[in-house]
Amino acid sequence: MPDTQALVNDFLNKLKKRKIEGSQATAKQTAELLRSVISQTRVPYTNQAAALIQSVKAVGEGLIAANPVELAVGNVVRRVLHIIREEDLSLTTAAMAGLNLSAVSDDEDDVGGDNQPVLSAAAIAAASRSTLRPPSLQTLLEDVPDSAAVPHTSSSGGDSEGKSKSADKSSRSRKLKHDVIEAVNELIQDINTCHEQIAEQAVENIHQNEVILTLGSSRTVLEFLCAAKEKKRSFRVFVAEGAPRYQGHLLAKELVTRGLQTTLITDSAVFAMISRVNMVIVGAHAVMANGGVIAPVGLNMVALAAQKHAVPFVVLAGSHKLCPLYPHHPEVLLNELRSPSELLDFGEFSDCLDFGSGIGAPLLHVVNPTFDYVPPKLVSLFITDTGGHNPSYIAEIYQLFVTSLRGEDMKFKSEIMKTNCVAGGNLVKS
Amino acid sequence: MGAQKKSATARVSEDQEELARNPLQAILLADSFATTFRPITLERPKVLLPLVNIPMIDYTLAWLESAGVEEVFVFCCAHSKQVIDYLESSRWSSQPNFSVTTIESHNSISAGDALRLIYERNVIHGDFVLISGDTVSNMSLTQVLQEHKERRKKDANAIMTMVVKKSKPSPITQQSRLGTDELFMAINPVTKQLLCYEDKAEHSKGFISLDKTLIADNPSIILHNDKQDCYIDVCSQEVLSLFTDNFDYQHLRRHFVKGLLVDDIMGYKIFTHEIHSSYAARIDNFRSYDTISKDIIQRWTYPFVPDILCGSSAIKVERQGTYRASDVTLSRSAHIGSFTFIGQGTKIGNDTKISHSVVGEGCTIGSNVTIEGSYIWNNVTIEDGCQLRHAIVCDGVIMKSGAVLQPGVILSFKVVVGQQFVVPAYSKVSLLQQPTQQDSDEELEYADNTSGTGELRYKLNGDIAADLSETAYELGTGGVGYIWSVFEGAQDEEWKHSVAPIPKDKLVKLMLDKDEDEEQLTQDGNVLSASGELKADSDDNGSEDDDNADSRDDYGFFEKEVEATFLRAVHENVKVDHAVLEVNALRLSYNMASVDCAGAIFYSMMKLAVESPHHSASELHRNAADIITKWVKLLKSFLHDIDEEIEVILKFEEMCLESAKEFAALFPQVLHLLYDKEILQEDAILRWADEKEGADESDKVFLKSSEKFVQWLKEAEEEDEDD
Repeated sequence: MPDTQALVNDFLNKLKKRKIEGSQATAKQTAELLRSVISQTRVPYTNQAAALIQSVKAVGEGLIAANPVELAVGNVVRRVLHIIREEDLSLTTAAMAGLNLSAVSDDEDDVGGDNQPVLSAAAIAAASRSTLRPPSLQTLLEDVPDSAAVPHTSSSGGDSEGKSKSADKSSRSRKLKHDVIEAVNELIQDINTCHEQIAEQAVENIHQNEVILTLGSSRTVLEFLCAAKEKKRSFRVFVAEGAPRYQGHLLAKELVTRGLQTTLITDSAVFAMISRVNMVIVGAHAVMANGGVIAPVGLNMVALAAQKHAVPFVVLAGSHKLCPLYPHHPEVLLNELRSPSELLDFGEFSDCLDFGSGIGAPLLHVVNPTFDYVPPKLVSLFITDTGGHNPSYIAEIYQLFVTSLRGEDMKFKSEIMKTNCVAGGNLVKS
Repeated sequence: MGAQKKSATARVSEDQEELARNPLQAILLADSFATTFRPITLERPKVLLPLVNIPMIDYTLAWLESAGVEEVFVFCCAHSKQVIDYLESSRWSSQPNFSVTTIESHNSISAGDALRLIYERNVIHGDFVLISGDTVSNMSLTQVLQEHKERRKKDANAIMTMVVKKSKPSPITQQSRLGTDELFMAINPVTKQLLCYEDKAEHSKGFISLDKTLIADNPSIILHNDKQDCYIDVCSQEVLSLFTDNFDYQHLRRHFVKGLLVDDIMGYKIFTHEIHSSYAARIDNFRSYDTISKDIIQRWTYPFVPDILCGSSAIKVERQGTYRASDVTLSRSAHIGSFTFIGQGTKIGNDTKISHSVVGEGCTIGSNVTIEGSYIWNNVTIEDGCQLRHAIVCDGVIMKSGAVLQPGVILSFKVVVGQQFVVPAYSKVSLLQQPTQQDSDEELEYADNTSGTGELRYKLNGDIAADLSETAYELGTGGVGYIWSVFEGAQDEEWKHSVAPIPKDKLVKLMLDKDEDEEQLTQDGNVLSASGELKADSDDNGSEDDDNADSRDDYGFFEKEVEATFLRAVHENVKVDHAVLEVNALRLSYNMASVDCAGAIFYSMMKLAVESPHHSASELHRNAADIITKWVKLLKSFLHDIDEEIEVILKFEEMCLESAKEFAALFPQVLHLLYDKEILQEDAILRWADEKEGADESDKVFLKSSEKFVQWLKEAEEEDEDD
């Protein structure tokens, strides 16, 4: 336990000091940290899921507070919480099925252990909903105030837990933890491979002799473009440099080493160049519940230019970037203002910042925001690791579940939304 | 942790691993050993004063932690208990991989004492970062540490690396943004070695003396006045032992750095490291407190900004750089301007205007209050209609309705300002009385502190046991607190270090001074080269021509000075002897010959004659005659030989042609007059005539007009010879 505490503190510090950058790295490290938290948590005999949820929540809240701008942290915490509930649910339904409908149990269990927790969970949820009688919800909520946030489906698990407690709790407790860790491992795997999965779709989206425009640097975009290149597509890339950090320079360099025809332009030249462009492909910082995008600064301008010239604006985002919050939600910090020193050299401008003379107030104000918000209507397509979606589709899914789960804990809401979003994605894909 | 360390020590030292093995240590001086923050620091140590609502030491520690320092020794002296208590209760006591150890002392009076004590403790095992607890930075230490280590490997004498940052001094005040005096550093641009460090340079005179061996030893030297000392030093262990060896080292810069630079026996070297994109500055006085607060609010210190340091959920940055805590009670009609910080639990009433200010936690601010550029700490009550401009208001202060703080006011803890009372500009108010003669031993700056010594101080209230009624009188009805008196002499300096911007009239005055300074500077520059100081040391011959050009200009200045002196002598009836002395002094300081003096004096006399009222040529003649008669002695004392006399004639000629054409007609008369007064000998006049004989027609105008006189002289001479 002290070990994880040190790890958590270390990670918290890094987040606070803004030492980890990029949502993928953050998401991965968060997931790994939560995995070790779960494995270190001592599980009581009763109600293991609640214990796990509690410890993950405790850590997760700290992590989210450490850097509220990094929405990926919250997303991963929600995913992990969801995984725990899901696994718990699948186990209890399995146990219940063992008691009531022994015929189905094997089947259910198989699905639970399967590599598709998402689909299995949905199936189980549906199954359990149909099997459960309404009163059980009430009883459980009173029994386990801790998991008040855990709504109807999982409550059935608690209820049944009481019944099956005597049967095989020790094996179950071990199994739950084991299953959860397995599932988190999968999540980490997913985060690791989301680039590849997104890149697999490149060849369907990029056509011969097209001109692609991107801004700044995103690893997802890089992989995406290179994947198309590997498939013998020949196309050109315009890279806007992405002031003030000029990560576009790095991207251009990388693209050139991979043998792509690249043109580097200033951000301000985007509008002039957009008429020659066939498609804009960019990365995102987060995708909000309404389908809007929080993206590196400058992208709103690019999106507007693309709209003006009817150029498709495609956003690549791993599913860990899908965030169930709305941009107008008070919890969401849309932006972070970074140091003005990225824009100008302090030494040269120090005489403009002399408060001793003049009115005693700074006349020079340097604003250096990190992100832009791109409204959903400007986005033509999202490509996630589960496939391509229209922004309205994402918004629709979120909307559906926000209204259906009124009054419930927001965190849980988001989990469900995630599930369904991903599940929906699967449907679209198939 | 322990296991990790052991395994690391077992490894044989490779360079990188050495870095890893010795945990990086830092010494943090949680005492400024200065009195600039009085009266506030009488009650609370400087490092715990809130800077944009977070104690200064938190900025320093947060930076040290993120820069990879693992062990910090906090040296506390003044109010050590408060510092230790704070650190124990703060998050710093329980950080993994970052240990904060306090070292307490009760009798250290300077940074030197502190370092000697730390040396005795024997806790520092390698290179360390030396910093004081009032430094704000976000720089990365990796590069400077690496540079330092590499230099050390090549040269064991490179014991210290100072961090500097470019920051232009204000052209008007010659002060940096931080309210410190202009700093001169001589740096070798190739090796970055620091060669000279002058912080109280006599810049008004423009002199800075460099040892000539420096110029001989270094192929190039750059003299900077646009560098700001960040007071972040990477030191080797030797620094501590040096302090112990030289027990008279007190001040880090004034004694230690200068001592090392001057001392060439030991050959220790100091190097500099310039940072460009990152920020570093030290809070030295109220002016820098103001400047750095504003820098923080403008996010130059990112990521060490309030919303990130105190956990972002509590404080949010809004547009226009307004920081607001989550539970502020704000009236709808209140107006919060840009670059303002409002802390938790603060209540703000109707129509109140706040701009460019920091308001701490739990404050209650009434209606119709105006707060501008002020720093209001925690739990302050400001009643309706108060006005605050560029003031610092400490914890627990109560300002009754209608009270006004003029710019530069400091209200220390729990002071009460009475109704409608106007606290005059730059006053410092405290519940504690001003210390009478000796500083309480906690907070003592050694004797060469700028702001006068104990003798100058006097108490405003003669009675030591001044009761509250007396103090109440000072701050209006119901007010509690003493207004500290400003030391005589320091009064002029007060505006320099205050939080208030420099008032307009001062600026105007400074502008004028500056123009004069500039004039002087050009002259001084010439003095340097003319007296050969630089030329002798460096074999620089290129400046010869410039010199000549300069000296012509110079003569103009000299002439003006002489004229001013002469006029003063005339108007104030200065004795001739004194006037002679003054002109002589000018001659020496401008490095002129007496020929020049004679010319200049004569010029001023004639000019005076022309300028004094006259209606006809005869009146002008009479004026000239009067002046010449009166000041003949002055002029004569510079006429030692015939060349000087000729110069006078030439000067007169020049005047008649250019500046005082009215004299043209009177030329022969005046010449005669000068001859009569025995200012000019006939030899001189004749020689002049001879010289002019060969000149152009145009040049001979005056020769012709005075032909008669010259003729007469010649004849007289012949007569003499005949006799």
